[in-house]
Amino acid sequence: MSKERDKGMSLIVKTITRLTVGLIFLYGVYIVAHGHLSPGGGFAGGVIIALSFVHLMLAYGKEEAFKKLSRAGASVFESLGAIMFLTIALLGFFGGYFFLNFVSKGTPFRLYSSGIIPFCNIAICLKVGAGLFAIFIALVLLKFDVEKKQ
Amino acid sequence: MIPYLPYWLCLILFCEGLYCVLRKRNLIKIIVGIMIMDYAVNLFFVLLAYKINGRAPILSPDTTIMNMVDPLPHALVLTSIVIGLATTALFIAIAIRIYQKYGTFDITKIKELKG
Amino acid sequence: MIETSQIIPLFVAIPLGGAFLTSLTSKKLNWLADILGIGATLVLFVLSLMSVRLVYLYDILIYKVGAWNPPIGIVMVMDGLTSFMLVTVNLVAFLIACYSINYMEKFTSKWSFYTLFLLMLAGMNGVIVTGDLFNLFVFLEIAAIASYALVAFGTEKFELEAAFKYAVMGSVGSLFILLGIGFLYGYTSTLNMADMANVLKEKGVSNVTLMVSVLFLMGFGFKAAIVPFHAWLPDAHPSAPAPISAMLSGVLIKSLGIYALCRIVFNIIGITAPISNILMFLGALSMVVGVFLAIGQWDFKRLLAYHSISQIGYVVLGIGIGTPLGILGGLFHLFNHSVFKSLLFLNSGAVEYSTGTRDLKEMGGLASKMPMTGSTSFIASMSIAGIPPFNGFWSKLIIIIAAVQASHYWYAFWAVLASILTLASFMKVMKYAFLGKLGEKWSQIKEVPGFMQLSMLLLALICVVGGLLVLPSVSEVFLRKASDALLQGVDYATTILSNV
Repeated sequence: MSKERDKGMSLIVKTITRLTVGLIFLYGVYIVAHGHLSPGGGFAGGVIIALSFVHLMLAYGKEEAFKKLSRAGASVFESLGAIMFLTIALLGFFGGYFFLNFVSKGTPFRLYSSGIIPFCNIAICLKVGAGLFAIFIALVLLKFDVEKKQ
Repeated sequence: MIPYLPYWLCLILFCEGLYCVLRKRNLIKIIVGIMIMDYAVNLFFVLLAYKINGRAPILSPDTTIMNMVDPLPHALVLTSIVIGLATTALFIAIAIRIYQKYGTFDITKIKELKG
Repeated sequence: MIETSQIIPLFVAIPLGGAFLTSLTSKKLNWLADILGIGATLVLFVLSLMSVRLVYLYDILIYKVGAWNPPIGIVMVMDGLTSFMLVTVNLVAFLIACYSINYMEKFTSKWSFYTLFLLMLAGMNGVIVTGDLFNLFVFLEIAAIASYALVAFGTEKFELEAAFKYAVMGSVGSLFILLGIGFLYGYTSTLNMADMANVLKEKGVSNVTLMVSVLFLMGFGFKAAIVPFHAWLPDAHPSAPAPISAMLSGVLIKSLGIYALCRIVFNIIGITAPISNILMFLGALSMVVGVFLAIGQWDFKRLLAYHSISQIGYVVLGIGIGTPLGILGGLFHLFNHSVFKSLLFLNSGAVEYSTGTRDLKEMGGLASKMPMTGSTSFIASMSIAGIPPFNGFWSKLIIIIAAVQASHYWYAFWAVLASILTLASFMKVMKYAFLGKLGEKWSQIKEVPGFMQLSMLLLALICVVGGLLVLPSVSEVFLRKASDALLQGVDYATTILSNV
């Protein structure tokens, strides 16, 4: 009994999580991809993606969540997202001005339009998603140390 | 009806957050006070953008740019919310470490620096 | 084709790139963090020296981010005051990065130190360079949050308590600034600094402008540690590791607090007699309160922190006088204080590195074992007390002469009194820490390692030759451009909008 308590929540929660966590992730990707057409964008989509990983950790326990995205992986994704954003800005810099919209802007209201904005959204989504997951891990795992010391 | 009532209520919310920061003794309540002040300032920005009988400022193929609220403060609020998130995360991390070292959240007992 | 104004965004892009690269690579490769830190700050220092020359040739440089014209887009502006602050910030940052190669060996994660340090530097450079009001707030928050994390770096008991106090007071100050920006946006419906100055000139002084001035004075007063808002500084600056104390006390309170306050009060809202009187009064209050509280201190770094409050009072007094000589004196004292206060904090760090204590009563006679630290500390103490021919004397003299010329005789008296008490306080430090007999438990200590000695030596050299900046041919290029940029007041707007 105590072994089951250690590893996450009850069977009902685990079943529902198995069904919905992929859909939550997909919804986050949808909000990031349509960031230039409807409200949302990189930050809101990144938060939803981070929440899908947090959902997995809450329902199943930390080993299962670390199999999907380890601690080192979260750190690497975070830095990678930031470097990607800075590279997009610097590419505009060498072409003319900082943050210049140098990719061709297609016809408006289509998915591929408005230049560099979708790429910026993806970079921000990586950074915010990985960053929020890393913050959650740091705060929650630190709590275990306090209880052991007491 | 008092004129500009939403703005007055927003500033009263800001003052309530400031009261929390000044008078509460628990560390976590001080952090909640700062969060309330954050919300009040963001709400103030959004209220600035409102035009009477305006609609949401989203452009789609079958609408014209007429009668929309001002979209610039919405972008500012988005940035401000991200900054608030980062600050709150840092505060909570420092508060957890303080609990680990001092054993209490009460600010009247955390008084090692003097002079 | 490289345009000359393309140098401006590099000041923000290079430290940001360095910080992200350090965070990505240096967990496994520890030596790479040192190289990235020193490399980034050295490149920035060279670029800031080039910027002084460019401003001398072109008078003002404007860069439109993303090729959007103002007032729709964000602009980055480089005029005399900008290049002056850039040289100050980047010079001190380079020497502190040099110092911390050896000092931070005692801490466990050097890569996170360099990441946060470069992020703080990017935030400070961004505040100085930008020409848009909300962009200033964003960069201010970046630098402030990085500094909260850096104060708590060692995670000892007192460091965490000091970091929490600093973070709460800093956040409240930032929220006051954001509320002020909200009111200004609602009144003028633009965020570009030049455009806002034009609109405020047409609409004139009203209740909104007065309330916004008070909100900004409170908000930036929190960041700059002017006297009613100074309570975080004596706890936060001693608790941080020594290079971070030097960075905080040397450049952060000036770049985030004094520079932003001056830019907004002089160039956007326009200086008026009530604001000038308030600034002078708060400056004099800071001077006197800081120095009286500092005399009774026995902790080395806490004494230096109280003296920071006092010297910032000098700067605010000089700028508040409002005459050309007063502003020149205030800005010169800002540069001097960055140099000698950083040197003093680095000295206290060196003493702590060798002996492990900060209490003045336990030290004694260290100058015989640590000659470099002792002599540079002597030079810095003479500078801060205002002894000729070191640089502190010239800037304090200019401020006192400006106060007498504008017939504020009481303020000049308080300035002289504070200077005498500062001299007494540093005589105490020299006597207890460096001169006298060597205690028995300190007979085994050695001088600090090479990089630390190099950076302290270079800062001491600048203290000695800093007085030459007042010579007419040199000050024409450097200091006078800075004070002219503040004195032109709201005509700043026409300069920018006509050069776009």
